Amino acid sequence: MFDSLSEKLESVFKKLRGQGVMTEENIKDALREVRLALLEADVNFKVVKDFIENVRTKAAGTEVLNSLTPGQQVVKIVHDELVAVMGGNESNSLNLTAKPPVAVMMVGLQGAGKTTTCGKLGRHLKSQKRRPLLVPADIYRPAAIEQLKTVGRQLGLEVFNSSADQKPVDICTAAMNFAELNGYDTVILDTAGRHQIDDYLMNELSEIVSAVHPLEILFVADAMTGQEAVNVASGFNDRLDITGVVLTKLDGDAKGGAALSIKAVTGKPVKFVGVGEKLDALEVFHADRLVSRILGMGDVLTLVEKAHSVFDEKETERLQQKLKKSQFDLEDFLAQLQQIKKMGSLESIMGMIPGMGKMMKQMQGAQPSEKEMKRIEAIIRSMTPGERANHGIINGSRRLRIAKGSGTSVQEVNQLLKRFTEAQKMVKQLQKLGPKGLLKGMGGLGKGMLPFG
Amino acid sequence: MEKQEKKGFFRGLMDKISGISTVAEELDDQVEIPSEAPSVPEPEMPVEPAKPKISEEPVKPGLFERLKMGLKKTKDGLVGRIDALVLGKKEIDADTLEELEEILITSDIGVKTTVELIRTLEQRLGRNELKDGEALRRALKEEILARLTAHHSLLEINSHRPFVVLVIGVNGVGKTTTIGKLASRFSAEGKKVLLAAADTFRAAASEQLVIWGQRSGVDVIHHKEGADPSAVVFDACKAAVARDVDILIVDTAGRLHTKVNLMEEMKKIRRVIGREIPGAPHETLLVVDAATGQNALSQARLFKEAAYVSGIALTKLDGTAKGGIVVAVSHEFALPVRYIGVGEAIDDLRDFDPQEFTDALFQA
Repeated sequence: MFDSLSEKLESVFKKLRGQGVMTEENIKDALREVRLALLEADVNFKVVKDFIENVRTKAAGTEVLNSLTPGQQVVKIVHDELVAVMGGNESNSLNLTAKPPVAVMMVGLQGAGKTTTCGKLGRHLKSQKRRPLLVPADIYRPAAIEQLKTVGRQLGLEVFNSSADQKPVDICTAAMNFAELNGYDTVILDTAGRHQIDDYLMNELSEIVSAVHPLEILFVADAMTGQEAVNVASGFNDRLDITGVVLTKLDGDAKGGAALSIKAVTGKPVKFVGVGEKLDALEVFHADRLVSRILGMGDVLTLVEKAHSVFDEKETERLQQKLKKSQFDLEDFLAQLQQIKKMGSLESIMGMIPGMGKMMKQMQGAQPSEKEMKRIEAIIRSMTPGERANHGIINGSRRLRIAKGSGTSVQEVNQLLKRFTEAQKMVKQLQKLGPKGLLKGMGGLGKGMLPFG
Repeated sequence: MEKQEKKGFFRGLMDKISGISTVAEELDDQVEIPSEAPSVPEPEMPVEPAKPKISEEPVKPGLFERLKMGLKKTKDGLVGRIDALVLGKKEIDADTLEELEEILITSDIGVKTTVELIRTLEQRLGRNELKDGEALRRALKEEILARLTAHHSLLEINSHRPFVVLVIGVNGVGKTTTIGKLASRFSAEGKKVLLAAADTFRAAASEQLVIWGQRSGVDVIHHKEGADPSAVVFDACKAAVARDVDILIVDTAGRLHTKVNLMEEMKKIRRVIGREIPGAPHETLLVVDAATGQNALSQARLFKEAAYVSGIALTKLDGTAKGGIVVAVSHEFALPVRYIGVGEAIDDLRDFDPQEFTDALFQA
């Protein structure tokens, strides 16, 4: 739905072409679209109202002349303004500088993802050479303690041994002592989920806070939360003065507008986002990326970064050389496949690309790609090194052998070879054009992905 | 797209390699598909634990009172604002309706349903039915009630034996807790209940269900963590028939509706159930968190497509969450709301009653 925000704005602005300046009158329609988009992304209505007012003032009088698409211009204003609301590039790293052990406390509603986040955060801290201790202080939900212990086991992290008949405050105090005696520098407290209007349980949290003085109190919020996010976040913030927010379940199709609301009402930064079910799926929060997601502009930056971290520099270098000499063969192609595979699931990558929302859905229905990938791999792996280096030598009987070896048909082998030949031709042609002309329009994005930038 | 995609497979790849990949062309490489491990639902988080509450009131209020209490905040949000808008108004004009539209959208009622509600109200306004604020308010209540009643039906578990209920939903909405409450409720009615712990992914999920089972004296079929959920379901179906139970409730791992592989896993679970007990599952219950926003619609759509959802359970209504999303989900997908969770105790699961719900929503 949001993928079309830019398009919607385009249509609103079509009639504007030729006018020199955006007036209040003619941006009214555009702002209505923006407003609906934000509301649909679950941004709180009060936040939206203030926000739209800001944009209105900024947009009115802006020159349209230089810009071919006024819609884009509004989107840009909206985007920049949203990033500003989200705190722009202000620091959102954890504050853990104090005499160890320091405590980090997770709070939030039931089912927000606190226990999982504890595990992910523990892993994150461990990778930063800290020594975290996980402390299960949820004595209410059946098997909650067991859950954190299992998570700790999976990650090779120490979990404090608490039991459901202890008081949460006692567990936390004892855990701090234990950490001090045993040399753990960070204590991650997993508390039970609770409603912010539950006085009894909220008091319990206050008691824990005054007992262990956590440096970080992280409010864990589900990205799918609706208008309610404001009440919940301010409820927790009023009682506990949270220090930051963790937004979970962002790997789904929720827009995460709740984060905007939470930031707006509490002023507390979003520090991390949970982007998957595996225990390594925790990312540092980037305001501009979330904003792009809300506006349906895709998350190209994350994609590029991901690509950059995964693509092996040397391998890329080698491929560049080969490409330059037009020696790109099937072997390289396979290597390239492997690298791209490392980047993550198709869906997570597609989601980052602007305008892909709808296509993603279609793709999911069909889902041919994974199989196709495997088949291509199998076919190439069934070739001899000689064949891979020079596919011209692959004759009829070789094709039959390859098809048998890979469990495919000769037709499929043919198809692969045909496409590969075409691709090779294209590469040659592109070589002639030179990279400069081709990069035009890309706006310099994706440098990390481009073997010859 | 599909065809083009296939053709462009190599091309996109080559483009990427040769550095020409524009954003659009990146779409062409359907290449990055390392399948996420087949079943990796994020551990479902705690939901409505039954817990010792010191602040418990001495006398339990009646059902209606409890619902009202639970819905109080919903009311403050939705009705409070509608009242502020319409009451005392001598005339209803387009601006009023526009503001009303905003109020409805921001009550998580959903854009589509809201627009439709407003259109209906506009028509009635056109027929001069809505003279003042009070009339508008009444009309809105009628319309909401009509939408909730249209698809309303309660779960009839005596139609089959064993009656199989498959419980699904995204992570952390309260599936396991809802099942715990359902089990206690059915066994209190004298039914023989069996639970299947098919959430084999999340740490300690089966333990959680086993504890619920103990609380209401119900057997739980469970395997080790990491087992194939379909295998658990297979055993559970066999056991359900062998032990001649009245009702089998299957707990599944929380899964985001956008994860294709996990949705496939769920389809497989369904297939296994259907093979072992023809016609089953007789009810596929989608659990939705009342605090969920517009995303609930996406959840309902995709789960319905993949798993033929036949009913909704709305949980965590005891917080300040607005129940607005029920109206949208039920109406847009023609799904009945079967149950609502209004508290954390084992008996805090209620039959959904549209009249009562709407009344409580609009109670001044």
